[in-house]
Amino acid sequence: MNRFRYFRHHMPYLPLDSCSGKLLVIEGTDGTGRSTQASMLKEWLEVQGYGVIDTGWTRSKLVGKAITDAKLGHSLNRLTYCLMYATDLADRMEYQIIPALKSGFIVLADRYIYTAIARGIVRGADPEWLRDLYGFAVVPDLVCYLQLGVKELIPRVLSTGKINYWESGMDMNYGDDLYDSFVTYQGALIEEFDRIAATYDNFVTLDAREEPRVTQRRLRDTVAAYLEGGALSTSVAQNGSNGIERP
Amino acid sequence: MDSLGPHPYPGKLIIVEGIDGSGKSTQLQLAMRHLKTQGYPVFFTEWNSADLVKKVTKEGKKKMTLTPMTFSLLHATDFAHRLINNILPPLKAGMIVLADRYAYTAFARDVVRGCDPIWVRKVYGFAPKPDLALYFNVPIDVSCSRILSGRAQLKDYEAGMDLNLAPDKVSSFKIFQSRILTEYEKIRHEYGLVEIDATQSIGQQQQLVRRLIDQALADYHPDDTTPFQLDRSAAVDDADDAAAALDEVEEETQ
Repeated sequence: MNRFRYFRHHMPYLPLDSCSGKLLVIEGTDGTGRSTQASMLKEWLEVQGYGVIDTGWTRSKLVGKAITDAKLGHSLNRLTYCLMYATDLADRMEYQIIPALKSGFIVLADRYIYTAIARGIVRGADPEWLRDLYGFAVVPDLVCYLQLGVKELIPRVLSTGKINYWESGMDMNYGDDLYDSFVTYQGALIEEFDRIAATYDNFVTLDAREEPRVTQRRLRDTVAAYLEGGALSTSVAQNGSNGIERP
Repeated sequence: MDSLGPHPYPGKLIIVEGIDGSGKSTQLQLAMRHLKTQGYPVFFTEWNSADLVKKVTKEGKKKMTLTPMTFSLLHATDFAHRLINNILPPLKAGMIVLADRYAYTAFARDVVRGCDPIWVRKVYGFAPKPDLALYFNVPIDVSCSRILSGRAQLKDYEAGMDLNLAPDKVSSFKIFQSRILTEYEKIRHEYGLVEIDATQSIGQQQQLVRRLIDQALADYHPDDTTPFQLDRSAAVDDADDAAAALDEVEEETQ
């Protein structure tokens, strides 16, 4: 039986039959410590003896740098922003993610289509269009969503030193104050994320307000439970996730 | 199914489609002559020309690392960039926009490359429906002889060499183009493109083209239009506002 399937639209020339690995995703807005959590999880999985390949946005050979350049020059609009991220994902999907899954690796993605969809929706793109655009993504086995409210998020980001232009949604024209724009944008993003997490049955929401090591322990427990196919407090392990919308 | 919706702007969007060597570009240039002579405000745009992804596309083509999906998405990005920056402003300003190839090119070519037809159509869902879409239909041997006699060298992706259809470029090109022709035939019905027999003489075709354009412009009155402003609820306009706001922010920070 083939576990893997495409989110909405298949790549006809790339059947997923022989994929035997696992696709794990960590999602969460900026400031949740997501990337640190992902790299700690990778290390832990490798200690357990799993082969792990990590991936994340703008890491494609093809357009990774072009996206960074375009963002620096602020030359992206809502449509091209979404389309370039889709190009980045397609390149990684074909050259990295699917080959790794075929070789039996655990692919650990630091953010996935859900980030792209949430950002697009907040930027005013049509949600249906976004789901179709990113529809070629392989549906992950498990999505761990690190949840943090905007109130907890602000001090964390401020303590890192600098609020970034795009993380503040300054392209959204919420106002010329970087801080106000940041709060509005991140708030809208979190709201959208919460909605998405409630929509798909492969999501597990983890409270990211705790100390990083506490969050990491919870993350490991969740992933371990999934990998062992054991009991999990959510429907994911019990019913087997398929990334479809919850009833 | 027609996935493209009509536009609300005072300008007119006229596009031409057809395989390489169908003569569509020649016909569009002649039509532009005709329109300019009559004093119409005309704006011309062509497929694959935005700076945003030009470098990436060129690099990917050179190294042959583009996959059907990334090929398709890069062209969609290019198209979106041109739509927002080049096509919509003159349409809003009440001009006649002439486009050499449109989204239908992607529907044909990307599907032949192996992309899911429904997916490609959805990706281009943001494109407005042209007021007039002309399809220059030509048999494969006619277009091939025009192309192969007139041009020095076929490029790899142009010949569909990424699809391993044939070992040499000329054979590959012929197979690739005939498959595109098959897709165009479906698209013509699906989207109601107006078919023009591209085996006729240039003059004969142009007569028909001008008649069709004049018909499409029957309700076009550029003098009546004041510079167009869309209300806040309309979709595509916001992206423009955002782009304009970006420019302002950028200027301020410099």
